[in-house]
Amino acid sequence: MPRRNKTNVLVGVLALIALIFLTLPIVALVIRAVANRAWEGAGDSAVWSAIQLSFASTALTVIVTTLFGTPLAYTLARRRFRFKRWVMVVIELPIVLPPAVAGLALLITFGRRGLIGSLLVPFDITLAFTFTAVVMAQTFVAAPFFIRAAQIGFQAVPRELEDAGRVDGADGWTLFRFVTLPLAGRALSTGLILCWARALGEFGATILFAGSLQGRTQTMPLLIYNIIERDIDAAIWTGLLLIGLALIALIIARLIERAPDDV
Amino acid sequence: MWQGRKAVVLLMFLVLNIGVKAQQSETLIVFAASSLANAFEAIAVRFEAENPDIDIIFNFASSSDLAAQLTEGADADVFASANIRQAARAREAGRLGSALTIFAKNRLIIIVPDDNPAAIMSIDGLAYAGVSLVVAAPDVPARIYTDLVLTQLAADPVYGEAYRMAVIANIVSEEQNVRQVAAKIALGEADAGIVYVSDVTPDIADQVMTIAIPDSVNTLANYPIAITNDAAHSERARAFVAFVASGCGQQILQMWNFIPVRRDPICEDNASS
Repeated sequence: MPRRNKTNVLVGVLALIALIFLTLPIVALVIRAVANRAWEGAGDSAVWSAIQLSFASTALTVIVTTLFGTPLAYTLARRRFRFKRWVMVVIELPIVLPPAVAGLALLITFGRRGLIGSLLVPFDITLAFTFTAVVMAQTFVAAPFFIRAAQIGFQAVPRELEDAGRVDGADGWTLFRFVTLPLAGRALSTGLILCWARALGEFGATILFAGSLQGRTQTMPLLIYNIIERDIDAAIWTGLLLIGLALIALIIARLIERAPDDV
Repeated sequence: MWQGRKAVVLLMFLVLNIGVKAQQSETLIVFAASSLANAFEAIAVRFEAENPDIDIIFNFASSSDLAAQLTEGADADVFASANIRQAARAREAGRLGSALTIFAKNRLIIIVPDDNPAAIMSIDGLAYAGVSLVVAAPDVPARIYTDLVLTQLAADPVYGEAYRMAVIANIVSEEQNVRQVAAKIALGEADAGIVYVSDVTPDIADQVMTIAIPDSVNTLANYPIAITNDAAHSERARAFVAFVASGCGQQILQMWNFIPVRRDPICEDNASS
């Protein structure tokens, strides 16, 4: 056998193994769901309240991230300041940080004995174990996905265009609203979708900082962890829903990336 | 090119080496309720000293998690559960290879952070408005025992159903195992938690205050142990189970605030005591 053929076969086999390894678990979950008719437990109140909670919390996470993340991304894209690189590294840290570490850090900051949390106690404000804590945990781990994408998007907007607008007498907000934002829109949307998908899957930081209580802090990933021992069908069904949502998010992100340039 | 090949060879050697090592050592995989963590680790030290060829690997989690893992085919030699229900689940799944032996008992207790922010002085305090209470998740044995206590209190005219409802309304988090409950209270994140007496280990004893649950309403937690049907290590598994039930094992359990089932929880071996 010629050497090149051998190499081709080897590459093919290794690629196939990789492909099977990455897809089989998803396929197995679907097979088990069908075999167990997992959807029959779909009406379970715990599953339903987890779905509601997941959608409500991730919607808030996306809103909060847009509100505070966009100015930060814009600043990072347009301004020069000292230690900017370090700031960028720190902002991106939650992306690679183990979520359990994020949860611990949030607890130490916003918990009742935490840096900020202890200052809130006199006002009778407790963050840990609340819905707010769920949103905070999600925002902490998911916002960097948006900020990074938005920063790259803003950087790609040619300065000349902004300058031209300024010459024509546009003020800062008008410029941002009608020039920068539309041009960076695609990057911002992709970033938001990734941020949402990450928030939807958040587990480690949430369970440490927000705890787990049905209808209050138990999002879909927490429900899976909690219910797997009692009702594996409900866990599988919730898992399938999460896979479906993640798939939709990825497809939308791809479509936005590929769409023609006439934003 | 050579560098790359060397790296690959080295990597494969490492992987193979780990595989061989795992086969050579006489391991014993013990699945145990998280409340048993400290006591079983102490028992393992003693057991391994007496059986130098055996290396114990623990998997501590809530008994309900462990039963689920066993049901899904997890590799284990011994299962020590915090209640009979979860051991029975493993048996129904065909994973147990021996009868259940009750080897220890336990009681529930209320813990509050050392500064007792909600000023809880007795079991009444769990029902105060605004108290944040952390308990174990449904199906975790500690929670089942907790619910039993609450049912007993609800049946008591002094407390009644209103008390039980108020306590349940105060729950802010249901943790996946009882040690997570203890950790949340030790961190001061909630006002009170319900755990086993044995969960107030030296690690957290100075961070929490304990409030007794009266014996009249408290339940006795029964801890069964059994050998799994993974026959590979059944000799070692039997030796471990026997050790847990022996005077030595019972003495260690008692030291960690479990209630022993033997009347004489004393090490017969005088040399080491």
